[in-house]
Amino acid sequence: MKQRFLVPASIAVALAAGWSWGTPVAGQSRSAGAKTTGAPAKVYTAPRTPDGQPDLQGFWSNSTFTPLERPKDVTKEFYTREEALELVKRASAQEAEQTEPGTVPDVHYDFTQFGLDRSQSAMALSLRTSLIVDPPDGRLPPLSSEGQRRAAERAAARKSRGGPHDAVQNEPLGARCVLMDRNGPPMLGGAYNNTYQIMQAPGYVMILVEMLHDARIIPLDGRPQLPANVRQWTGSSRGRWDGQTLVIETTNLTDKFAFLGSSENMHLTERFTRVAEDTLRYRFTVDDPATWTRPWSAEVLWKTDPGPIFEHACHEGNYGLYNTLAGARAEEKRAAEEAAKKKSPK
Amino acid sequence: MRNWLRSALTVSLALTLVIAAGAQTRMFRAPRTADGKPNFNGIWQALTEAYWDVEAHAAAPSPVIELGAAHAVAGGLSIVDGGAIPYKPEALAKKQQNYANRLKLDPEIKCYLPGVPRANYMPYPFQIIQGPKHIMMLYTFAGAVRTIYMDDHKEAPADSWMGWSNGHWEGETLVVDTAGFNDQTWFDRAGNFHSEALHVVERFTAASSDHLIYEATIEDPNVFTRPWKISVPLYRRLEKNAQIMEFRCVEFVEELIYGHLRKKPSQ
Repeated sequence: MKQRFLVPASIAVALAAGWSWGTPVAGQSRSAGAKTTGAPAKVYTAPRTPDGQPDLQGFWSNSTFTPLERPKDVTKEFYTREEALELVKRASAQEAEQTEPGTVPDVHYDFTQFGLDRSQSAMALSLRTSLIVDPPDGRLPPLSSEGQRRAAERAAARKSRGGPHDAVQNEPLGARCVLMDRNGPPMLGGAYNNTYQIMQAPGYVMILVEMLHDARIIPLDGRPQLPANVRQWTGSSRGRWDGQTLVIETTNLTDKFAFLGSSENMHLTERFTRVAEDTLRYRFTVDDPATWTRPWSAEVLWKTDPGPIFEHACHEGNYGLYNTLAGARAEEKRAAEEAAKKKSPK
Repeated sequence: MRNWLRSALTVSLALTLVIAAGAQTRMFRAPRTADGKPNFNGIWQALTEAYWDVEAHAAAPSPVIELGAAHAVAGGLSIVDGGAIPYKPEALAKKQQNYANRLKLDPEIKCYLPGVPRANYMPYPFQIIQGPKHIMMLYTFAGAVRTIYMDDHKEAPADSWMGWSNGHWEGETLVVDTAGFNDQTWFDRAGNFHSEALHVVERFTAASSDHLIYEATIEDPNVFTRPWKISVPLYRRLEKNAQIMEFRCVEFVEELIYGHLRKKPSQ
């Protein structure tokens, strides 16, 4: 019998230590402190690197069960401590159950056995009911008319390319090991491989994304973005310091990696602030009038993670992709043979 | 008396300078990081034809006819100490088979992680981000990443493509000890190969502010009769706007790897 941890270890430890969940992490949100507790927020100052930058270095996890958009039946911005605990418990149990031995998902991944479920990773507890903090309703703004038109065009183009398993190019980018939401940018957690490593060298910040062994190397020297005709999956990123906060601006994205349907002209601003010894606040703003009627912002708390990050050779070991395509062709062959049998019964 | 002292001082100062200059040609003292170690931060690239073949080889046509002269093999001299790789006889036969079938077998063609030492002399730049605990080597090709653990040495927890690297400083030299490899990577496009018993010890030493001497001792008792050594200089990319560009080559090889599994148009 496998041991099932029903609450992420870091949260269980915090709970055992009597950590007050009702107190949002200092600086978590300007509005949060005032709304949830009357306690004065203690302002944390990050240690400095030898060249005087706020020190964000180390291993971090952006695991979370908080949905990007606020559930339709929730009207408040923050849960109470008890509500948040209950939701984490329930979500952890659900994730553990999805890989009951003998079930179909269990054949693909046994999440709990291989440490692929969130209950085994470091996780910061946020009381937020959605990752989206702006608009205030916690939901994506409506699509602009151009956004609606492009969404329809993309859906039609997808359909014209055939079924999802007709060719490798029709498979999702994640299944192809090309790019995942954990890479972004923006970088969002998923069920597994939510670990990041930040290092700071003079003139650069490096963010190693565990998923797909993807290193984001961000120059801090004020150089311009890449020429407009040079488009990359992860765009062109340039960073700077705004007080305690690392700000990374990204442009030059492609039409191929459409983040929630974004356009290649999306302008992304990511802001990293160390708000406690063990917590980094990651807030990003998406500005893409070609897709949404207004800019929107989301916030994820990153928790220190013991590391290290092991090589994630996704493409090299991608038997799943091969078998999906080969399996689809085998199914077609079998269906064709059965159809032929029915046509000409002996 | 004063004049005597002055000329004596001048002579001794001149002597000191001569000695210092002599020492400099023997051992360059690299600029230092905040923690006092030689500073290897930067974007580096080998300038060598060894990515075709680490041993001496003449120019040759491209194995893909359509690519003509644009992808022809550039001739180059051996980067192996003593010239030849000391293969065991049966391993040499396998190397020759690899070469004959290189279009099918070379892991580079499939955008697989290139392994060590190959990553360091491919025709792409790589960046070193240096910290006291970790030194990162971030390669253009396939976005390969190596973490060099400087203070938390341990055995590889599992086999991997880029290996598990423990590093330490020996004066001016960064020494990196890497093991825990799988047997899937090659040393070049000529089919030079190894087994999962591969053990590589690399030495990075600054020879000027803009070039490093890279040496690697390669040990694999399953394949070679003795350890052997390669060395190539790595040059700093001096362009003001130099940066590692995205090379997400998985997308480039999908048709090659999975194209035969495309659905046939129905009759």
